[in-house]
Amino acid sequence: MNEFNGEIKKMMIILSKATLENVYAAFVLANGARMEGIEAEMFFTFFGLEAIHKKKLEHLHVATVGNPAMHMPTLLGGLPGMEALATSMMKKEMEKIDMPDVHEFLDILTASGVKLWACKLAMEMFHYKKEDLYEGVDDIITVGDFYKQGSGLGTHMLFI
Amino acid sequence: MEKMIAGTNITVNEEGYLTNFAQWNKEVGEELAKEANISLTPRHWEVLTYLQNEFRNDVALSIRRIGKSGLIDIKEFYALFPNAPLKTATKIAGIPKPASCI
Repeated sequence: MNEFNGEIKKMMIILSKATLENVYAAFVLANGARMEGIEAEMFFTFFGLEAIHKKKLEHLHVATVGNPAMHMPTLLGGLPGMEALATSMMKKEMEKIDMPDVHEFLDILTASGVKLWACKLAMEMFHYKKEDLYEGVDDIITVGDFYKQGSGLGTHMLFI
Repeated sequence: MEKMIAGTNITVNEEGYLTNFAQWNKEVGEELAKEANISLTPRHWEVLTYLQNEFRNDVALSIRRIGKSGLIDIKEFYALFPNAPLKTATKIAGIPKPASCI
């Protein structure tokens, strides 16, 4: 803990899933970093890409299956309409605490100086193009590029 | 704790925020801005006045709310008060540090 006395200078946040609860966690952490004067960059890979995919980002869902915090039997969580129900309940709660929707949150992040990177490999795997992505995305880059972005003392990486 | 600033005695908490807004005046604001390495322009003052009015009206401040203020967008807010804008601006304005996460 001797670099900058352990002070955090930059957060590199990797988002690999696009379930609503994970996307919000990543966004709140990135925005929270900027609010504290800490630099923040995000790398969207695999299903995390859906959070910056223009058409998909409006339709992200809460995971009701395989999510122990839902306190719901797996079979019940898999019933038709269950994800939609859980999602609309969560969205209502978020509105109450003044939480922006995904698109507005992306606007806030870019305005706050958060860099948004799309993973090249995952882009190719899903056959996405740059024009499919939210307009604030900085570029499509490799893992190596992302690590280079994070070089320097006081950088922390977070995988979500 | 007590702090002598711009010829005035003010009381601040351990993070340097005024604990009593009534002790704030423009000279105190100028000095607090200097401590944060910011030289205040008329544009800064517009924002500081807005924040103080929100505080008087008991509005919980957040970055999102700043963006929706109609006075300033988030990008300019970060440009005016680089490094933790909401924390810095509220400190200069003499109002409490917002507890918001967004």
